[in-house]
Amino acid sequence: MRLPLLALLAKDPAHGYELKARLEQTFGDAYPSPNIGQIYLTLQRLERSGLVHSQDVVQSDRPNKRVYELTPAGEEAVATWLEEPSDGPRVRDDFFMKLVLGPQAGIADRLSLINRQRRYYLSQMRSLSVLAEEGSGHDKYGGLLIEGAMLHLQADLDWLERCQGELL
Amino acid sequence: MIRPAASGRLRIADQVTEPGRPLLRSVGLTKAFKTDGGVVHAVRGVDLQVRTGEFVAVMGPSGSGKSTLLHVLGGLEPASSGEIWLDGQRVDALSQAKWAILRRRHIGFVFQFFNLISSMSVADNVEVAALVGGASRRGARARREELLGELGLTAKAQASPAQLSGGEQQRVAVARALAHRPSLLLTDEPTGNLDSSNTAVVLRLLRRSHTGGLAILLVTHDARVASTADRVVNLFDGMIADDTVVRPAPLYPVGASGVLELRD
Repeated sequence: MRLPLLALLAKDPAHGYELKARLEQTFGDAYPSPNIGQIYLTLQRLERSGLVHSQDVVQSDRPNKRVYELTPAGEEAVATWLEEPSDGPRVRDDFFMKLVLGPQAGIADRLSLINRQRRYYLSQMRSLSVLAEEGSGHDKYGGLLIEGAMLHLQADLDWLERCQGELL
Repeated sequence: MIRPAASGRLRIADQVTEPGRPLLRSVGLTKAFKTDGGVVHAVRGVDLQVRTGEFVAVMGPSGSGKSTLLHVLGGLEPASSGEIWLDGQRVDALSQAKWAILRRRHIGFVFQFFNLISSMSVADNVEVAALVGGASRRGARARREELLGELGLTAKAQASPAQLSGGEQQRVAVARALAHRPSLLLTDEPTGNLDSSNTAVVLRLLRRSHTGGLAILLVTHDARVASTADRVVNLFDGMIADDTVVRPAPLYPVGASGVLELRD
């Protein structure tokens, strides 16, 4: 969450609640929205690392609010993040480790492992379909985020079938 | 159990299915083909049951026998051995002619390629299907108007199938399959040729018909399509490897977001 928060602050200085609201407005229900405590903890850590600095803004009718702003080091961190490619193929797939090592040790059954994983993926696909149909599916970023997650799940399921074909 | 079709936008999450009595059932079903390379055992002992009003998806790798299973269950190809029961009646032992009549009354089919009659208008395609299914002239016309209205195709009623987009043609194919009010829809990759927005339209339509009491047995490799069913059967090497009820799962562990990333 650190870098998305920094990227939001690259647009405008903001306080914690504003950041939470912006994340939710932009990505909709499909994005695992952090709770406000997590956001403030992250902001504190970012401040200790010198990536943001904060300042209390006096409000006449309400308690003061603390507004966060990027430091030059923070701007640099966002720029670096944007320039580097994100995680690609997962050659350290956790499920695959289970699928190979469990049966090798004689403590798990391959078909059960595959079926359990497939059921999980299908349930997730179902949840995404519900989201696509009802809420975030209708806004631009939320809809694309859901579609991406669905395509990944389809690939995961196709690959499970390959594992089933090769290993059973 | 027949319930009125839901109106308005479909909400998958709201759907509660109350499956009824066994509608389609196979016992020890097998299908083998003779080919130049020898005998291919496409279906190898499948016990499967679809209840009235139930929506079941069959998934599996290509070559797993899922399309063959659907064809045999629908009587489009004879079984090699085993039993098929339709609404309490054993049908695999019936004469082809008798089974054809039962099928016409109870079952609708939708395939990946739309199977429309190209020389007929959209309206006639649907109306003829209702007539063949036993509707009166007046009944067939009313059914045609109802279905085309529901599918947003009223304006295209007089068009020929070739003038329609792929998504529209598939909607007409679904209307044809439903024209005689079957209790069971058998469908093989109904969204196989469609882009994602047309896939959504056809899926919505299937869900709505299902809510209205239609049982659906759907073969697909598309997990998004399969996940809208109540049950997913996984076919592997001509046999059922898994049979599971699909329930939505949380997309991420509750409370975990951000926590991991807090460790710098």
